[in-house]
Amino acid sequence: MSGEEFVPLSLTPLLIGTFAAIACALPGNFLVLRKQALIGDAISHVVLPGIVVAFLVTGAISTWPMMLGAAGASVMAVVLIEAVRRLGQIEAGAAMGVVFTTMFAAGVLLLEQTDTSTVHLDVEHALYGNLESLIWLDATGWSSVLDPVALAGLPPELSRIALTLLGVSLFVWLFWRPLKISTFDEGFARTIGIRTGVLGMALVITAAIAAVAAFDAVGSIIVIAMFICPPAAARMMTNRLETQIAWSVAFAILSAVFGYVLAGYGPLWLGAADAVSAAGMIATISGLILAFAALWGPCRTRAGAPGTA
Amino acid sequence: MLWDALTLQLGYNATLVAIGATLLGVSAGVTGTFLFLRKRALVSDAISHATLPGVCLGFMVLVAFGGDGRNLIGLLAGSAVSAWIGLLCMNWLTRHTRLAEDAAIGAVLSVFFGFGIVLLTVIQTMGVGRQAGLEGFLLGSTAGMLWADALIIAIGGAATLLLVMIIRRPMTMVAFDPEYAAARGLPVHRIDLAMMGLVMAVTVVGLKIVGLILIVALLIIPPVTARFWSERSDRVVLLAGLAGGLAGYLGAALSASAPNLPTGPIIVLVSFGFFALSMFLAPVRGVLAAVLRHMRFQRRVHIRQGLLALAQGQKIYEPLTLRLLRRAGLARADGVATETGKARAAKALRDEKRWEIVRADQTHEATAALYDGLRDIETVLTRDQIAEIDRLIGGPQEVPA
Repeated sequence: MSGEEFVPLSLTPLLIGTFAAIACALPGNFLVLRKQALIGDAISHVVLPGIVVAFLVTGAISTWPMMLGAAGASVMAVVLIEAVRRLGQIEAGAAMGVVFTTMFAAGVLLLEQTDTSTVHLDVEHALYGNLESLIWLDATGWSSVLDPVALAGLPPELSRIALTLLGVSLFVWLFWRPLKISTFDEGFARTIGIRTGVLGMALVITAAIAAVAAFDAVGSIIVIAMFICPPAAARMMTNRLETQIAWSVAFAILSAVFGYVLAGYGPLWLGAADAVSAAGMIATISGLILAFAALWGPCRTRAGAPGTA
Repeated sequence: MLWDALTLQLGYNATLVAIGATLLGVSAGVTGTFLFLRKRALVSDAISHATLPGVCLGFMVLVAFGGDGRNLIGLLAGSAVSAWIGLLCMNWLTRHTRLAEDAAIGAVLSVFFGFGIVLLTVIQTMGVGRQAGLEGFLLGSTAGMLWADALIIAIGGAATLLLVMIIRRPMTMVAFDPEYAAARGLPVHRIDLAMMGLVMAVTVVGLKIVGLILIVALLIIPPVTARFWSERSDRVVLLAGLAGGLAGYLGAALSASAPNLPTGPIIVLVSFGFFALSMFLAPVRGVLAAVLRHMRFQRRVHIRQGLLALAQGQKIYEPLTLRLLRRAGLARADGVATETGKARAAKALRDEKRWEIVRADQTHEATAALYDGLRDIETVLTRDQIAEIDRLIGGPQEVPA
């Protein structure tokens, strides 16, 4: 395919999808190891009420209030889950189930109650985003990548998700040692003076920021898939955290690129006329990667290193 | 309007929905209890999301064979098949790989749901009309519910309840102590699968009313609510059924009483209302009860310490202690003991001395372990034993002039 077609129509969605996938997969590694993988699931559900409330307050679809609303809702959900867990002495999974389903239901109810017929805000959109629509109209070909006039017309989602990715990477890089130690041995981390409670909260908030930014661009289904599938697949490949993160980033890129291409062009190759949902396809590909890793990955069993099982 | 809805006077459709939602709430609450007691509540999340590809495939197969794509039985059968596959995937991932259950749940949930969305877009581009009903399975849609749909829900719900009643004993045992159950020769793995199968049945039955995202709430919230009120598993099961049924009934009635109130979310919010009430008001495990218990304990500690201070002639600086003593008529505002106060203080000091002797004596070891600074010694020793100790302490001594 030529640059005239590829750059305006596919380059930006592809980049946004890839960045979103990596931004979610990075904190996902730690969440999976800490057995908190479902935090991503909970956050992506409670983003909906946050966005609806932000819309009700500002009365318009504008990005920053909505992202603030979503971030506020995720923090509130985390706090509520913790409160329900401690006050009610309920196990964490059930507490999570109580909180996120209720908040999601409240979001749906609010959405039905308000008149959103004039604006583009509905549950389906929140669930599977609209990656395909993030096109770069000002581009004419590969030369536009260096053209400042055309660059000004880039979809704002791209810079946001790129910034988020940078922030998430920075967080993981800066707090690498404490994160690693507290993930594997929380007691030891406390004895050498790491404040594990604060660090755990910071990790969850980082994950929430990544989820909200990714959600804005690609919908919540990718968010859940990318939090869990690439790290889980990477976990089957190695016993070292550094290698695992490298694998997970590779898997995230692979699912984003393959998923997008298959969704956009796969049906055409099969003779159908229209593309299918890119977000759904990316999640599906990440699941296939996980399936392969679970069947043939060298470190897939609980015993750990290959040969010792 | 609300009264009409509650007494099922709002017409045919509203009545069908209310009955269906009540039955669904009961069976979801009862089934969910075992899942909750097994500490696997979020498994229902994976199961419910895994129904989506089945619904879509069911629709495609129905259309391909020239049938009506919205045939509820066909769609539900499809959703059951894909939920079962998702369940097996999740089980396999947790048993045969190093992944923990939460990662397996999340992986199955997101991948199946993503695949379902791909299929949904395929259906949209297939060009056959009347696919509009499929999105209804995400959040439930009760508007066009038919008599046949209600019948399916009723039969499905009743069958699930019956099955739960039949295998409730092994399920309870596995939920509380899987090792013991295995030692007794129960097929733990198969019972777990049966439990999940029942959850799947409830999910499939509930797709029409509350949709696949919110059915999780009906499986989790009523059991958690019921758990506040009882420590006995059979009662928790009954109460969860009751809470679920009530939430379903009230929610359906509320949503029928005004426009723009979607049934599924309202049912979830009503059941959360029950949960919040229970969390604060339940007699033993509730927050209010815990706060009261704490305050009672605090009062006892303060009065006890205040009495000991009075007996030893020390000044009391803590305002709460002083206030409590005054209110009990044991001390005056300036901190001087009243007559009863003096008597109680002397008794407290003597009890403390008695405890000291008990704790120093090896033969009273078991009793000494009960000492917490508050327990009245009369509640743990007989009158003879106390008299014995008093002989050791001796009577009041003469003060040298």
